[in-house]
Amino acid sequence: MKSIILMTAARLLLVLMLVFSIFMLLRGHNEPGGGFIGGLIGATAFIVQAVAAGAAEARRVLRVSPEALAMVGLGIALASGLFAGVVFDPPFTGQWHWVGGDSYETAAFSLNTVLVFDVGVYLVVLGSVLSLALSLEEEV
Amino acid sequence: MAGTPGRRSDLYTISGALPVLIAAALFVWFLGMAPAVADGEVLRWAIPWVPSLDISISFVVDGLSLSFALLITGIGALVLLYSCAYLDGHEHFSRFMLYLTLFMLSMLGLVVADNLIVLFVFWELTTITSYLLIGFSHAAPDSRRSALQALLVTAAGGLALLAGMILLGVSAGSFELSEIRAMDEPFTEHAMYLPVLILFLLGAFTKSAQFPFHFWLPNAMAAPTPVSAYLHSATMVKGGVYLLARMHPTLGATEIWTWTLILFGGFTAVFAMVMALRQTDLKLALAYTTLMALGTLTLFLAAPVGYAITGMMTFLIVHSLYKAGMFLVVGIIDHETGTRDARLLGGLARSMPVTTLAAAVIGLSMAGLPPFVGFIGKEILYAGGLEMPGAVLVVGAALIANILLFATAFIVAFKPFWRPAGGELPKTPHEGPWPMLAGPLILAACGLAFGLIPWVIGGPLVTPGVHAVLGREGTVAELTLWHGINLPLILSLVTFAGGTAVYLRHLWLRARIAEAEARLIDFDERWDRFLDGLKAVAAWQTRILQSGYLTNYLMWIFATMSATLLVTIAARGGIDRVPEFPTLDLTHWIVVALVIAGSAVAVFSISRIAAIAGLGVVGIAVALIFVLYGAPDVAITQLLVEMLIVVLFAVAALHLPLLPKEHGVRKVHAGVALVVGGLTTALLMMASDGPIDRNLTDYFEVTSWPEAFGRNIVNVILVDFRALDTFGEIAVVVIAAIGAYALLKGAPEKEAS
Repeated sequence: MKSIILMTAARLLLVLMLVFSIFMLLRGHNEPGGGFIGGLIGATAFIVQAVAAGAAEARRVLRVSPEALAMVGLGIALASGLFAGVVFDPPFTGQWHWVGGDSYETAAFSLNTVLVFDVGVYLVVLGSVLSLALSLEEEV
Repeated sequence: MAGTPGRRSDLYTISGALPVLIAAALFVWFLGMAPAVADGEVLRWAIPWVPSLDISISFVVDGLSLSFALLITGIGALVLLYSCAYLDGHEHFSRFMLYLTLFMLSMLGLVVADNLIVLFVFWELTTITSYLLIGFSHAAPDSRRSALQALLVTAAGGLALLAGMILLGVSAGSFELSEIRAMDEPFTEHAMYLPVLILFLLGAFTKSAQFPFHFWLPNAMAAPTPVSAYLHSATMVKGGVYLLARMHPTLGATEIWTWTLILFGGFTAVFAMVMALRQTDLKLALAYTTLMALGTLTLFLAAPVGYAITGMMTFLIVHSLYKAGMFLVVGIIDHETGTRDARLLGGLARSMPVTTLAAAVIGLSMAGLPPFVGFIGKEILYAGGLEMPGAVLVVGAALIANILLFATAFIVAFKPFWRPAGGELPKTPHEGPWPMLAGPLILAACGLAFGLIPWVIGGPLVTPGVHAVLGREGTVAELTLWHGINLPLILSLVTFAGGTAVYLRHLWLRARIAEAEARLIDFDERWDRFLDGLKAVAAWQTRILQSGYLTNYLMWIFATMSATLLVTIAARGGIDRVPEFPTLDLTHWIVVALVIAGSAVAVFSISRIAAIAGLGVVGIAVALIFVLYGAPDVAITQLLVEMLIVVLFAVAALHLPLLPKEHGVRKVHAGVALVVGGLTTALLMMASDGPIDRNLTDYFEVTSWPEAFGRNIVNVILVDFRALDTFGEIAVVVIAAIGAYALLKGAPEKEAS
């Protein structure tokens, strides 16, 4: 059963939800949100697509395989954790670099491994949930 | 296995030459320690491994370790060299050499380890590598069965040993053997002595194939002959003896130690020799003489008597030399004639003169005739036995075992060479290649040389070894061929006379033993029945617990959970007070109503989709609770997950039939569900009744901003404070996804026609 209305809406929703999921990911450190929630919202965006236009269409829009996304995410999370070893901290110690200042208050923005780790979490959740959902869709 | 002409021998390849060189280099290295050890020094190395658990990688070289290390590396080098010719051109030659080298290194680690945990790791490594070696001819079912049997028996003992080691380490307060030995209070008076002793003996007896765990050793003959030669002489089975010797100062010198070792060791020695005489396969006969040697070594470790321990140490070296040599000789016979059947073989002296010479010299040492080192070993055993408690028993067992060993030595080392051939041989016999002859010749020469100049092994190996086993300076018997006319000499003469008599009547005896054996318990067969029983139990409980229906799995899980909770509550004296029912306002009551409504739909609907939607309602109600109590992150996650679950379930459930109305089953399910729900509610109310420990919450509230620069504590915990945990969790998520993917995509095509 394919509905033109749902298919058209899904395309718009996809963009909106993806932007929203990234927004949730980025604000996670100080406001409700984070990699887990962002990943789930992102996955939902593609699942809506799959429900409306079929799993094949969802895969086409996604371009890469969800399993690969999950693997890359796990790799990013691990790399961000091991980065602490470069400065001889224990693994998974957050590393912060201030740009335009020398503390959180004065700096314009920061480069940190914690956000990189969260991006890894985002990709793992997105990839894994999608892998499961799309495979199930195709199976039945 | 001559190989194609012009082909380079495997000996001259990396995988052939390197192991031999490694073994030889290690031998020389350990030889370099001999002068220091002879002076009574104990060499020790240690590096911390897990300092928080008091585990360090520590090695000790004393007389006992050095004796073993030299035997392991020396015989190892000869066996590896021998293997290069024995398995020349074999398709898995490199693999074999790798296994054998790893086995050698594991064994070496075992005898020099000072830390209990390190010792255990090497102990299990020898188990695993020996499994690979025994099962080397993995295409033969027999070989696989023997390998598995050896693995199961020795690994079961290994588990007992692990328990014993942890018990010993914890009760003694140290995992370093040298520290445990140096403690003022003897461990034998500790309350945990008996359990520790039993567990250690289980480990040692299974490894060293003491009766009634002896049956795996003759079966291990399925391995290629060089492996048998090595396994039986210097390694593997001597691991158990080494452990007993190593633990002697800590666990020995009690009544129970003495009598257990005398009974098990003595019985194993005599039983094994009777069985050896019965065998017609040369290799099997030798295998049973190994059992006899292990029994004898155990027997003489029974008491802290200097002479007895001297006998043990000497016999250890003597046995390794003749057993390795004899196995290698049998390997040459097998390799060059194609058979090991004592009834067929004969007249090999003409075609294999060098092998014959080596066999004769080794055989004389094995039989314990002067001037070979075997004679010295036997004399000291008798002298030591006479000083032990239960001397009649000890010397009696040793005497019977030695008489039969004498006869067996002649059956194996002389009969095949000198008597006329008993039948057609599969191959025309000819002399073996030099790498195969080197081992037996060198070992034979050692047997003669150590007999003529016994102080070579006496000073650097036996004396410090005895001190190490006793844990103190003790009277060490002097190694010499001539002690004057005394009781041990008379016993030796009795041995020779008895042995000759047995040899002359051995064909008749063999038939009698074969008749008797048929009426005895066959341990090998019992083992198979035991394994079959074990498998039947496993299959039975799998059928019951894992029926393949998700419903049944869930029921078992929840029933088990309820049972354990109920038992715990009952054991703690029941629920002592009823928690106060909390006051709820209108919003809370709405949530409660939603949960109840959702559950009712899930329980009573016969449509799966409706049931899933009902569950979704429950999930959303729970999310509402999170919202009410100010946990937006958890609430958002819960909402999203609930939504996704409903979508996924709905996709899957579309194609399933309606729920069946099996009322009988559903009553049981309802009962389990009510108990689980009731228990969980009761426990939660009790848990939230008391004051909540805010320690961690406070810590995160205070540190989240200054240390991790984040105001959302939940997320800061996830990505910073407990990032390692999160990493573990997302790894699990990925693994679960891969598992589901494999199940969904990897299943064979159902519609394939």
